[in-house]
Amino acid sequence: MAEYRSYPYDVLVIGAGGAGLRAAIEAASTGLKVGVVCKSLLGKAHTVMAEGGVAAALANVDDRDNWRVHFADTMRGGQYLNNSRMAELHAKEAPDRVRELESWGALFDRTKDGRILQRNFGGHRYPRLAHVGDRTGLEMIRTLQDHGIHSGMEVHMECTVLSLLLDSGRVSGAFGYDREKGHFMLWPAKAVVLATGGIGRAFKITSNSWEYTGDGDALAYRAGAELLDMEFVQFHPTGMVWPISVRGILVTEGVRGEGGVLRNSEGKRFMFDDIPDNYKEQTADTEDEGWRYTIGDKNARRPPELLTRDHVARCINREVKAGRGSPHGGVYLDIAWIKQHIKNAPEHIKRKLPSMYHQFKELAGIDITKEPMEVGPTTHYMMGGIRVDGDSQMSTVPGLFAAGEVAAGLHGANRLGGNSLSDLIVFGQRAGHFAAEFAKHNDAIAIDAEQVQSAAAASITPFERGPAGENPYQIQYDLQDSMQDLVGIVRTEDEMQRALGVIDELRTRAARVGIAGNRQYNNGWHTAMDLDNMLLVSEAITRAALLRKESRGAQFREDFPDKDPEWGKYNIVVLRGAGGEMRVEKREIQPMSAELKGIIEEMK
Amino acid sequence: MATQAMFRIWRGDASGGEFRDYTTPVEEGMVVLDAVHRVQARLAPDMAVRWNCKAGKCGSCSAEINGMPKLMCMTRLSDLNLDMPVVIEPMHAFPPIRDLVTDVSWNFRVKKSIKKFRPRAPDAEDGSWRMQQADVERVQEFRKCIECFLCQDVCHVLREHHKHEEFIGPRFLVYAAALEMHPLDIEDRVTDLKNKHNIGYCNITTCCRQVCPEFITITENAIIPLKERVVDRFFDPLKQLLHIL
Ligand code: SF4
Ligand code: SF4
Ligand code: FES
Repeated sequence: MAEYRSYPYDVLVIGAGGAGLRAAIEAASTGLKVGVVCKSLLGKAHTVMAEGGVAAALANVDDRDNWRVHFADTMRGGQYLNNSRMAELHAKEAPDRVRELESWGALFDRTKDGRILQRNFGGHRYPRLAHVGDRTGLEMIRTLQDHGIHSGMEVHMECTVLSLLLDSGRVSGAFGYDREKGHFMLWPAKAVVLATGGIGRAFKITSNSWEYTGDGDALAYRAGAELLDMEFVQFHPTGMVWPISVRGILVTEGVRGEGGVLRNSEGKRFMFDDIPDNYKEQTADTEDEGWRYTIGDKNARRPPELLTRDHVARCINREVKAGRGSPHGGVYLDIAWIKQHIKNAPEHIKRKLPSMYHQFKELAGIDITKEPMEVGPTTHYMMGGIRVDGDSQMSTVPGLFAAGEVAAGLHGANRLGGNSLSDLIVFGQRAGHFAAEFAKHNDAIAIDAEQVQSAAAASITPFERGPAGENPYQIQYDLQDSMQDLVGIVRTEDEMQRALGVIDELRTRAARVGIAGNRQYNNGWHTAMDLDNMLLVSEAITRAALLRKESRGAQFREDFPDKDPEWGKYNIVVLRGAGGEMRVEKREIQPMSAELKGIIEEMK
Repeated sequence: MATQAMFRIWRGDASGGEFRDYTTPVEEGMVVLDAVHRVQARLAPDMAVRWNCKAGKCGSCSAEINGMPKLMCMTRLSDLNLDMPVVIEPMHAFPPIRDLVTDVSWNFRVKKSIKKFRPRAPDAEDGSWRMQQADVERVQEFRKCIECFLCQDVCHVLREHHKHEEFIGPRFLVYAAALEMHPLDIEDRVTDLKNKHNIGYCNITTCCRQVCPEFITITENAIIPLKERVVDRFFDPLKQLLHIL
């Protein structure tokens, strides 16, 4: 019998990025006992990597902005597969959530009259992103962390959850281990909020760290919850491509927001060549108009570099495939050119994009105030995830909530930059609130010792096989290679069928994984424990992508290159069938209220 | 650039340990963390190392490389002499957990002991404030901190004199400065800084500033102004009188 320690809570939050911390703060403010479990140290979650800003229609810079415009932008960006109720709530509540951060100590950049400054970003009609240079995510997570530690929540750092526990269909807590000692931990809880972030580690070129192995999606799926929109994986158009070891690290869209342009090896601004019809009216015709937009001319339209991420990523891909790429297989992103227009351009760039300057200087030996960067697409964000109720963020499992990247719905087929940070605080707050309500109105739960023991027993089998077993790192690399090659930016039936075969094989190998040493801070064991989750989400992504026989948003199928209006009526749901098999279903999209329909028509 | 390099990595835990040598292929553009990952994947799967972002933004991968406190993900191999083994050790100022991972939980307890942010009443009816960019920028410098704790690692008060129970260290002096100089904050931490956080232990050696990967001017911009506030309050007889009144 495995031994474990038990830490009971009213509300347990799994994940301590922006969404998890915001949820925990909200739940703790009701006086309930709240625990937070996170895989890393507090304040290290991927939210720190978010650079550009947080989208909220504060209308500080352009008073034409309001929630209705933000809502319409979000729906257009998501190709109308979004959960419209979430897009509505998000647009309405983001301004309050941002102002609240300020009351907790966040220091955003300012307008001349002392209010929160907002910047341009892809797909947003008006300057909408509150920001702090290019380290907005760090500012947000630190604000939430520093506020949260005084809110009464208890934090279990460097712990991994292996499974969710159920009590007659309702969630009853979580079981896992602490990384430091390898002790087993039980967290009984009346309500659980999943805020585990994304799945980027399933791909080879990614901006995500080791943590993003789809844990929340997999935990929820195994507990019986439905996943939604899993085919929509966002490839951010601009990741570093060189040196090889930093391949995939994010280059913020803020570079383009500040006037950065994309060029191919012939020096051409290729983004002007391919502007989708539904964005034609909002996009500049000439380079000059694009620049005027950058410097705040309200009559000018956006430069095409600020089209949605899915589109820009595909254009870059096309240039590289056509042989017009940069030496290391990307294209050029040039911010230095703005010296033609403004005095002191180098100082301006360093002030607006300090960490980009630093990152290229330190890691690539490139001075971005003088030379162009080489960039290419990188796996960045998961639009899909756990299907939740738009208001309460509860999944289809009672008592199990989800917020942030791990939840699906807000972004539809493609997320706009800046909408993730606002997602975290809007729906983190909601998930925390409704989880606390749930905990208050439902009785105590019972822990099923058998579920606990079987999870514990399964987790230690790699030690029984020892170093003779399969190497967990190698299985992970092989999965990443296959997903990158076969289920990446450009997809086909044939390749994805092959991917399913590979996933099957890797699952067999993962069942034979072997680990040397003991459970104390053993990265090999940690990697082995993540494999099942990565394989599960990889399968879900592939199966959903196979079913959707069209190209829309982040999904591009070479064998079905066009958008199909019929498919525009459906989301895809992934769930576990009665026999344990993975089921993939079409589900009609949630009906939209007349008011929201009217807004979309009006702003088309 | 060499095609192979040797890495001398400390392996062990709280009960003790030893250096072990690992040779691994290296390529142009690699950083120390890449090499450590290669060793981990091929030669030492159970090796403990902490990292997240691999871009110098999360402050997880702090270690001592050839004796210098650094972020492993921001230290390029091309800046090291690869004719000699590259020595990689965990930070010394914190108790070892295993291999390159140390127990930094003390830092999180210290932070909690500092009085939290308390804003003045909002300036506008919608509950928001007005602040000038210049005032914000001064504090933004401190808020760049990624909590890598490298400054804590080199501070002799902690590293050599182990005053962890009395002294909060440079990281949290920066944190206190960010709060004290925050344009909206009205809390008073000056007495705590003197009596509870013992800012007096710092004798401005500037070691902390020199290792900060975010180039925060820890001593000049954070610690010295805080010390001045303490001096003003406690050692200026006139001000002291006013404060008592
Ligand atoms: S300047 Fe002060 S805080 Fe910094 S290392 Fe020296 S003694 Fe420590
Ligand atoms: S002040 Fe600098 S060295 Fe110290 S923890 Fe922060 S970033 Fe690291
Ligand atoms: S891994 Fe984040 S700072 Fe090095």
